[in-house]
Amino acid sequence: MSLSVCRHCGGAIPESLAGEFCCRGCEGAFRLLQGLGLEQYYLRRSVDPKARPLRPDEDALQIHDFSAHVTVDDTGEASLHLMVEGLHCGACIWLIESLLNKQPGVTWARVNMTTRRLVLRWRQDAARPGDILAPVLAVGYRLVPYDPERLGAETQRQEKELLRALAVAGFAASNVMLLSVSVWAGHFSYMGPHTRGLMHWVSALVALPAVAWCIRPFARSAVSALRAGRTNMDVPISIGVTLACLMSLWETIHGGEYAYFDSAITLLFFLLIGRYLDSRARGRARSTVEHLLALDAVAVTVLDEDGSQRLMPPHKVAAGAKVLVAAGERIGVDGTIVGGASDVDTSLITGESVPVAVAVGAQVFAGTINLSAPLRLVVAAVGERTLLAEIVRMMEVAEQGRARYVALADRVSRWYAPVVHLAALLTFSGWTLFGDAPWQMALLYAVAVLIITCPCALALAVPVVQVIASGRLLRQGILVKSATALERFADADTVVFDKTGTLTLGKPQLVASGDWAESDLVLAASLARASRHPLARALVKAAPASQLADDVAEIPGMGLEIAARGIRLGSRTFIGIADDGAAQGPEMWLSRPGAAPLRFAFTDAPRPDAAQLVADLKAMGLAVELLSGDRAVTAGQVAADLGITEWRAGCTPGEKCARLAELAGMGRKVLMIGDGLNDAPALAAAHVSMSPSSAVDISQTVADVVFQGERLEPVTETLHVARKSRLLVRQNFILALGYNIFTVPLAVAGFVTPLIAAIAMSTSSLVVIGNALRLSRGRR
Amino acid sequence: MLIPVALGLGFAGLLAFLWALKSGQFDDLDGAAHRILFDDDEPPKREV
Repeated sequence: MSLSVCRHCGGAIPESLAGEFCCRGCEGAFRLLQGLGLEQYYLRRSVDPKARPLRPDEDALQIHDFSAHVTVDDTGEASLHLMVEGLHCGACIWLIESLLNKQPGVTWARVNMTTRRLVLRWRQDAARPGDILAPVLAVGYRLVPYDPERLGAETQRQEKELLRALAVAGFAASNVMLLSVSVWAGHFSYMGPHTRGLMHWVSALVALPAVAWCIRPFARSAVSALRAGRTNMDVPISIGVTLACLMSLWETIHGGEYAYFDSAITLLFFLLIGRYLDSRARGRARSTVEHLLALDAVAVTVLDEDGSQRLMPPHKVAAGAKVLVAAGERIGVDGTIVGGASDVDTSLITGESVPVAVAVGAQVFAGTINLSAPLRLVVAAVGERTLLAEIVRMMEVAEQGRARYVALADRVSRWYAPVVHLAALLTFSGWTLFGDAPWQMALLYAVAVLIITCPCALALAVPVVQVIASGRLLRQGILVKSATALERFADADTVVFDKTGTLTLGKPQLVASGDWAESDLVLAASLARASRHPLARALVKAAPASQLADDVAEIPGMGLEIAARGIRLGSRTFIGIADDGAAQGPEMWLSRPGAAPLRFAFTDAPRPDAAQLVADLKAMGLAVELLSGDRAVTAGQVAADLGITEWRAGCTPGEKCARLAELAGMGRKVLMIGDGLNDAPALAAAHVSMSPSSAVDISQTVADVVFQGERLEPVTETLHVARKSRLLVRQNFILALGYNIFTVPLAVAGFVTPLIAAIAMSTSSLVVIGNALRLSRGRR
Repeated sequence: MLIPVALGLGFAGLLAFLWALKSGQFDDLDGAAHRILFDDDEPPKREV
């Protein structure tokens, strides 16, 4: 391999090419930037090895028709929202904005680096969107239009509301606290009842509107929980805060000594911080997943009656329409072939690692990849028993089962809320019946019990740990999508893997030893260069020095041929050898005049750390299982290589679900890891699930956790973090409850003043937060 | 009395924050951190 790197994308330059660039696209992009005076970009950027290299797609311009997503306002200004892939650092924002601002007619171009989205506005009569965006595509970024209304608008609205409430609570809490400090000081030195009354009134004036505004997120969730006949942590919070305010108001009106306005608003402030951080951490993970999905969405080429071609998003294509699928393209719809013959890579649907030959009349499914020749399809009826519909149905059934899982915090609050309210009731009746206190006094003590037990630390115990855990995972490219995912992860005692694409890379590799010589390999690779078939690609990869031979013809479903020289590369039948069923895994044959046919064998290699992972999981005390849709020979081989004793091959999606149900029936908590469409129902049915980011979109949507990268190490890392978080959450609960055990007797006895309440509450919250912070340290 | 002054200043700060939130200044915290590093001498908008 050459040591020099491409001046544009930073990738290695293939040995066969002289010069400073790895491909023509990169060279063009470099010249373009140079011509515009933007070559400073190369000095400013820092390449992020995890992001997609900045290499232009040759057919980038044809992939998307932007005009469908343009909106025009009254003043003739058009706008377009796009997602950007390939952002490495701040210099990329600068480059994109500079490129766009140089285009005629552009009035506004801004890239949001957090969400990786671009907003573009221009005068509609001045330019077409495709022309404006052409230079950005030519430099190598990928742009996908999206509908801002549909994507993430809801979560963003909620997040803003939380932030606004947080600001109000912060303002009110700091001011009320200032006033309260002087009141507390007044208890020890001289402060007249009138001054104290004034302080209380000012506090009430600030705190009451603020509380009324800030309690809404909690009250809403509490009300919806009560309506459903459950309780959650928000119920005692809402009741405690409301009662504290009402009692303080009553005290203030009657010139009483103690008011709890500061406790009420500070409590809300702390809780809002937790809520906001939590929603931000998960919102980020979710938006990254949405981003990955949108980039994967393919446009479908629809053939009209008059023979013209149009690009359309798959969900807009009507049943019965004719669709053209080019070689190398992912098939976007389910349909029947009416023209052409090709090989189809079905690994994402069936788990089968060898492509299937298809011809006219065969059914193909969305998510498969057309490999060797263009195909014409008639789109199958929507909502019929298509494979996709079937799988989605199974998934929905499976997901209903999982919705029954109750978060640990809610399980705690299920008994916590009644106990607290009972304690308050007992305090009230105890003081009135046996304590000979007037009923106002008894009520005051009862409310003090509610305030002191208001689960501030308890409500922070889970979200703080969650935020820190998901933040730590996010930095390693592991996206935690569901709120209870980490809790369920920690429960897992069995790991079930899919094979193709999960334990293995999903791409075949040439077996290095065979009865062929190096020169045979180079000859075979020179033919293989003409094809997109994964086996041919693997041959080329094994012989990078080979050059494409002249006059190679591809015979779809069979192989490659140089007719003039009589050289053939392809399947057994193509070479003319009888299929005796002895084929061990994928293979290709090379035949030449005057020589015996040679066999090239391939395997789907396991991911580099798959064996290590299986060993680690076993060491952690988890049972490991393999459920594959592939043939028994291949699946058994992989299982043996990785040391997995429990494996099943040839599983349909239904059988995978059935096996998971069987395991669940045995009381096992299953972690399912898979990527294909055939795994989606199993992912939804499992106790907790994980997908690589190379998975099909449905799998990524149902999986609780999505991880990026080629390695499988994120599995152990997530398990490790999940178990650590569970430990910390439990410790936090013990700390929070321990604090209650100390303070509740004080409150019942009527010794709690606002000062004691404030101190007890903030110290317990700080202790809980401090304990959670330990998670961010101590990476293995 | 200092109390109204203190409250007034705090309230002004709160309003300023709410305004900033509404006008989208908190939408892209990562981008803003990087943007400051690039100084362009040419004006950001140029008619060609």
